[in-house]
Amino acid sequence: MDFNRNYFEIFGLPVDYAVAEELLADRFLDLQKQVHPDRFAAGTDQEKRLAMQWATLVNTANETLRAPLPRAIYMLELRGVALKHNPALPPSFLMDQIDLREQLEEIEEDEGDLEELDSFRKKMLQAINVVQAKFKEALDEDIDKAERLVYELQFLSKLMVSANRLEEKLLDY
Amino acid sequence: MALLQITEPGQAVDPHQRKRAAGLDLGTTNSLIASVREGVAETLPDEQGRHMLPSVVRYASGGIIVGDEALTEAVNDSMNTIVSVKRLMGRGIEDLATLGDQLPYRFSASEGGMPRIETISGSVTPVEVSAEILRTLVDRASATLDGDLDGVVITVPAYFDDAQRQATKDAAQLAGVNVLRLLNEPTAAAIAYGLDSGSEGVIAIYDLGGGTFDISLLRLRKGVFEVLATGGDSALGGDDFDRAIAGWIVEQSGYAKPLATEQLRGLLMASRAIKESLTDNAKVDIDFDRDGVQFKGALDRATFDELVAPLVDASIKACRRAVRDAGVELGDIHNVVLVGGSTRVPQVIDQVANYFGKTPLNNMDPDKVVAVGAAVQANILVGNKPDDEMLLLDVLPLSLGLETVGGLAEKVISRNTAIPTERAQEFTTYKDGQTAMLIHVLQGERELVADCRSLARFELTGIPPMVAGAAKIEVMFNVDADGLLSVSARETSTGTQASVEVKPSYGLTDEEITSMLQASFEHATEDANQRSLMEARVESGRVIEALGNALAEDGAALLMESDIQALQQAIEKLGSLSEGEDHLAISEGTELLGRASEEFASLRMDAAVRKALAGRNIEEVDKEI
Repeated sequence: MDFNRNYFEIFGLPVDYAVAEELLADRFLDLQKQVHPDRFAAGTDQEKRLAMQWATLVNTANETLRAPLPRAIYMLELRGVALKHNPALPPSFLMDQIDLREQLEEIEEDEGDLEELDSFRKKMLQAINVVQAKFKEALDEDIDKAERLVYELQFLSKLMVSANRLEEKLLDY
Repeated sequence: MALLQITEPGQAVDPHQRKRAAGLDLGTTNSLIASVREGVAETLPDEQGRHMLPSVVRYASGGIIVGDEALTEAVNDSMNTIVSVKRLMGRGIEDLATLGDQLPYRFSASEGGMPRIETISGSVTPVEVSAEILRTLVDRASATLDGDLDGVVITVPAYFDDAQRQATKDAAQLAGVNVLRLLNEPTAAAIAYGLDSGSEGVIAIYDLGGGTFDISLLRLRKGVFEVLATGGDSALGGDDFDRAIAGWIVEQSGYAKPLATEQLRGLLMASRAIKESLTDNAKVDIDFDRDGVQFKGALDRATFDELVAPLVDASIKACRRAVRDAGVELGDIHNVVLVGGSTRVPQVIDQVANYFGKTPLNNMDPDKVVAVGAAVQANILVGNKPDDEMLLLDVLPLSLGLETVGGLAEKVISRNTAIPTERAQEFTTYKDGQTAMLIHVLQGERELVADCRSLARFELTGIPPMVAGAAKIEVMFNVDADGLLSVSARETSTGTQASVEVKPSYGLTDEEITSMLQASFEHATEDANQRSLMEARVESGRVIEALGNALAEDGAALLMESDIQALQQAIEKLGSLSEGEDHLAISEGTELLGRASEEFASLRMDAAVRKALAGRNIEEVDKEI
């Protein structure tokens, strides 16, 4: 058994940033049906241990590939790129980020206009999609650029989390 | 399945015969046991035909009494009669004050900080009390099914944290039952309903019990129940409805003094009866006159609805959050299932229907459905339905994390992550020459350590002295399929073997469990040695059977003839060893056979993975495995 096989191979998928979500979900279930510890509840300790390792691996692989940001980070990792903790980013990008943060704070101070928040989130989603498309392209052509795009993606994702949290607060979840 | 009926007790048993399995619903107020018989999962009654066992244990001078007979004494002998022990499971002595009720017991603390309840026959822990309830039900099942149980599935609220789960497993260990799996209660209910309807899609399980509320969203697809999100409130239940009525009665009566424990108990019992009566009646006449509280009048449904509205609203709010966590839209949810006695309240049904926009299902007995689902799962896990495709994929109910500087909790694994899972987090030293690091494991969603549940604290020592920030400490979290956590830590930069492993367990230490087990053996007539021998034989038999089956299935395809023969010889050897009386030798032999077949087990797993992807487009993956 090789636990070092890459996550795409585990699901029999091509190593490609554009993942067929339905197919991934299907194969995730197919694999868990074979390796989940419940399949070995009446088995030997050794089978249980193996099943536990496999099921853990399949879960981790699925979570990594399912969401765009972890998938992007993982694809950089496959190419030997480890993310930096404090990356240098273009000032213009950082200025945009500060601007967006301020917009979000304004929405909150504005007694939380839900419509404004909604359009803000739509704008963010669009921005994330654009960065993702650029990342897919850059991955094979310019690895440094791909790395920078992942940092951008991280920023945007964090902002999106904040926006979602604000929505939860406004809707009293 | 008919085999079961014609087998005489004591008759030689075919190893491939049906195994005896049961599902246990260990409830706050009542407990049940169910089993699949002749293809039907049903709860098992006692000799008097009672299905529900009140979760009440009385420690009397003449011995331990469990159930209805204990319940009748709950008021007269309240100090020795333990009710609702589930609420104490996995709790520390300092948590008791926060449980809301005045508990009539005398507590003392045990070594691990777990409360001990002083009774007439000595002090007992909540784990031991739960073990008595489990034992009573398991004995009932053994009598009904004509033999010892091979394994059980025990249900726990989805919202149970690690300490509460661990305590439940400890109780089972004390009761001497083989736990196949801890199963979340709403998931058990989903199995009961899901198999019933057989339809695929997203199901919401709204489970309002006596003391807890759970909401779970599951997707049933390709025979797999995938828990998408779970949430709830561990301190919201039907008991709060009773309290709301009791408060209303006191207000109406004009009684102004604070209530004594007995007064409150009487009031709550009356309130509960009123609540139940309001399920079928629009209005209930009340004539209450006890302990100085007097009220004559009536409570109508509309007033009751108003009284409980904040409680029902709180549950709907938790539903909203879970739906959001699950990443589904309300329209995607095609079935809503009601579980728990408190879902009989019409206002609850109305509000749930209103929020989800569809009539909830409640055609199964809300008190029994959890035990029934657990029985179905137990029957599959024990191996009675090898061809059954049903599988359950569960999630971690509450985030796990570590304490970092400033009393802040840092999440390592977030809630609703699919389990089993593992995650490593890297830390570093903050002082020059630091050789030890305190690792504090937490569970909960809040940001401050003080607001999270503390699961374990341990120290990693032997870190080589380095400048601050140079050491790399890797803390690894492992969560198994029962949702139980183990944590280990090591220093990676120098490869120093400074590593610690802890299994968080709030309360009982391993020593305490061992001594309790020993004590219970001493009480039993059975000799401890005899028991070890029996256990060793059961385990060796399990390994022999499992390996024999595996060889028959896949041996020829995966192994060389010589390997097969070697394994078969090893099986025979263990078989003859098991006929002996030396339990240590049998255990050792079992272990050796396990090791000898390691490679084969691994090959089989790979083959299974290959099979799952068989016919897929990437052939090279096939070759690589």
